[in-house]
Amino acid sequence: MGEVFWVGGRVAVRHLDRDSRRGLLLVSPTAIYAILLLAVPLSAVVLFSFWTQDFLTVDRTLTLANYREAIAEPLFRVLMLRSLTISAVVTAVTVILAFPVAYYVSFHVRPDRKALWIFLITIPFWTSYLVRVFLWKVILGFNGVLNTSLQGIGLIDEPLTFILYNANAVVITLAHAFAPFAILPIFVSLEKIDRSLLEASMDLGENRVTTFLRVTLPLAMPGVVAAVLIVFIPTVGDYVTPRLVGGPDGLMIANMIQTQFLRLNNAPMGATLAIIAMALVTVVSLIFVGLNRRYLRGQKR
Amino acid sequence: MSSDKALISLRDVDKFYGDYHALRDVSLDIFPGEFFSLLGPSGCGKTTLLRTIAGFEDVSSGTLSIGGQDMAGVAANRRPTNMVFQSYAIFPHLTVAENVGFGLRRSNYSRGERHARVSDALEMVGLGGYGKRAAHALSGGQRQRVALARALILKPKVLLLDEPLSALDKKLREQMQVELIRLQRQVGITFVLVTHDQEEALIMSDRIAVMFEGRIAQLEEPEALYQRPGSRQVAEFIGVMNFLGAHVISNEGNALELDVAGLGHAVIGRDQCPGGPVSGMCHVGIRPETMTLLFEDRGDGPVADGVVDEVVYYGDMTYYDIKLDGVPKPITLSMKNMIGRPVLDIGTRTKVGWDPRALVAFS
Amino acid sequence: MSGPRKPRGLTVYAIAYLIFLYAPIILLPMFAFNASTIIAFPLQGFTTEWFVRLTGVQALHTAVRTSLFIAVVSAILATILGMCAARAGTRYEFPGKGGILGLIMLPLVLPEIIVAVSLLVVVVQILQFPLSAWTVIMAHTLICTPFCIAILNSSFQNLDASLEEAAIDLGESRWNAFRLVTLPLVTPGIIASLLISFTISLDEFIIAFFLTGSEPTLPVYIWGLLRFPQQLPVVMALGTILVALSILLLIVAEYFRRRGVRRAGKTETGGFL
Repeated sequence: MGEVFWVGGRVAVRHLDRDSRRGLLLVSPTAIYAILLLAVPLSAVVLFSFWTQDFLTVDRTLTLANYREAIAEPLFRVLMLRSLTISAVVTAVTVILAFPVAYYVSFHVRPDRKALWIFLITIPFWTSYLVRVFLWKVILGFNGVLNTSLQGIGLIDEPLTFILYNANAVVITLAHAFAPFAILPIFVSLEKIDRSLLEASMDLGENRVTTFLRVTLPLAMPGVVAAVLIVFIPTVGDYVTPRLVGGPDGLMIANMIQTQFLRLNNAPMGATLAIIAMALVTVVSLIFVGLNRRYLRGQKR
Repeated sequence: MSSDKALISLRDVDKFYGDYHALRDVSLDIFPGEFFSLLGPSGCGKTTLLRTIAGFEDVSSGTLSIGGQDMAGVAANRRPTNMVFQSYAIFPHLTVAENVGFGLRRSNYSRGERHARVSDALEMVGLGGYGKRAAHALSGGQRQRVALARALILKPKVLLLDEPLSALDKKLREQMQVELIRLQRQVGITFVLVTHDQEEALIMSDRIAVMFEGRIAQLEEPEALYQRPGSRQVAEFIGVMNFLGAHVISNEGNALELDVAGLGHAVIGRDQCPGGPVSGMCHVGIRPETMTLLFEDRGDGPVADGVVDEVVYYGDMTYYDIKLDGVPKPITLSMKNMIGRPVLDIGTRTKVGWDPRALVAFS
Repeated sequence: MSGPRKPRGLTVYAIAYLIFLYAPIILLPMFAFNASTIIAFPLQGFTTEWFVRLTGVQALHTAVRTSLFIAVVSAILATILGMCAARAGTRYEFPGKGGILGLIMLPLVLPEIIVAVSLLVVVVQILQFPLSAWTVIMAHTLICTPFCIAILNSSFQNLDASLEEAAIDLGESRWNAFRLVTLPLVTPGIIASLLISFTISLDEFIIAFFLTGSEPTLPVYIWGLLRFPQQLPVVMALGTILVALSILLLIVAEYFRRRGVRRAGKTETGGFL
């Protein structure tokens, strides 16, 4: 079977061998499914963002009106900026808090116990997200678990109010929800480090701290980068957490997207906001990957 | 040799992976009952050739026939070949007996016959009574025996072995080499072995095809291959060979008169130019074990002078690097260690005895 | 070689972190059995009233049935699609492999609201189909497939490619070689994949929230309850059951996944992801 496909901008006709054909055939059901239910719908969202809502009908003339409105409208700008900021803070907090745990499990837990630790870390992630987020509301509330406990042991006199119905609550809750996402990639990259490299570094005169900084950390960076992306990207679009614990000052862009789609029945504007959010996330992610380029070199897939 | 008697016959076989030319114009015949080896460094195409015979790879061009039948379009499961894989590919979820009897599933044997055949096959490879064991609990050597039994139970015309001994340690490997030879004589099936270990190929094979970069460089019996390698590349791959510069003084009849750097004047037969006719400037190869250090100045053959440059003691042998007078690059020679024979120190002046019959000349 | 030195500080930190991770899950049963409609300390006494109440709510039972149906169908579809992709990805090289697998794995990092919104646009705005359990199944299959692939990849990767070749060499057809050799060896991975996608689908809220029709899934039903403070203890009871069920499923899934890895004769320390 001959097939025509693009290689480096040139049309190349290449004879596909038996394995290539089998591979393509085998992957095709999944690929077609992903194209029909992911690539096509995403393209539809892009298309929709150039249409406009005209009361009950959608005006199908291509226009940038939505984008102009989205940029001009202060509320959208605030929500967009807040989403990115909250996500960035969540990512930083989550990854910084997670690194020592990943390091501990990789370097200081007996090999036969590592799987158990990783399992324990992943369990909370698989338990009802909705209920988990709601429980943070219970923990952080005015009469919540945290306040009553702190008052009980006499650490504070008045309940803390800065921990619920604002961005802080969103950060705490999301940092909890995405913990395993941050720990696992870092753990995997730490596990890959050849332990004799650390011995070599010590042998060459470095101490534990400088060995960590000059050998362990640079080698763990691919995992850290993966952790940052895998936390940052989905959190920007989180809906449940801001809605339940964010209060009016903690709402994020996903809440507005939902409002546009399901409340205001303005699908084109919802699509536009979704596209802008995705574009911003992509740009931030690419910049981040670019900054860490040197750590990612020589990484095999 | 006529190809109509051949069991496996390849003609002008080429194999491409994309742009990579894995097999180049390979033609060869393998005869019934032969122990045939494909020898070469990794990436030379020997495994590709074996997998082509097995039916796991297509040929890009050329023909392959087994037992006189063209194999084009014949899938691996319909070919009269069975294979022992490099990893042995023992099914980990089955017992030893289930592994060995795997290929009998589609036969018409009764349960009892099947059982008897599996027992016989296990007995043959020295694993009698192991049938009920779980396959994943076997040692490397035992896995290899199971793989052999599993392939031989189907009585194939050809048994293909892909580096079957490379995963074993040295002692076990040497033991299995002898057992494989014994087994091959016992069952009379044609064995085709892929190996990168020249010693293994020399020990086990009736004939050896040496491969480089997808091509067959030389196809010979082991002794001829070792003593009369067809090219410098083959000579260097098989055993150790020293090379010295030389030039042809005269070239008359069946004899060649050479002046060899460090050794001096030599007359060799035309059969000592296995790579083809030689003239003018050339290279002369000589194996380490064909030379001797002359401890007391005796000996009837030609003698060369030199200085000991390096000494490596191997227990049964000692290898000396000798700088022959007038030759900057040292040559290697080996001496059997005997009681009362001293090991020379570095820097000692010595005489080297050599035999012109051991020389091979390449242009 | 001396064993790794255990720094006390790091150990304490790791344990504190685990407590942080488990805090909500530990609190859940406390309030589920608490004899008060207010979700706060101090606890008021033990009751099973909230669990009893669960048995009487018809809407809840419908939601559970809807969710179970969606989760079972999604798990089966996602596992089948995952098997195709995992086997193709681990066994074969083909043009465009990176891009194709990248697209298939994309839902792993895509915010779920984007998946929800894009499918909503296509189904409602463009195709003008009515929303139903099937639209949720379509989306859940999409987001579960990457997880299935991740699990099945490790099953297929640990498999020596020459095992199937050996079966073919011994006379079996390509399909029989897969059925007799590969399938038994990856069965634990398939079971783990089914259980994980079942769990994901059962818990998933935002996509179901956007795409569910007149019959809400369980999380969408719970979301509705969260607005009524007097219903909260019932939510706690329901949540306790869900968490217990999830943990049970995960332990079973992990057991099968590890057994699969062991069968292929390998040891490893990785988790699900």
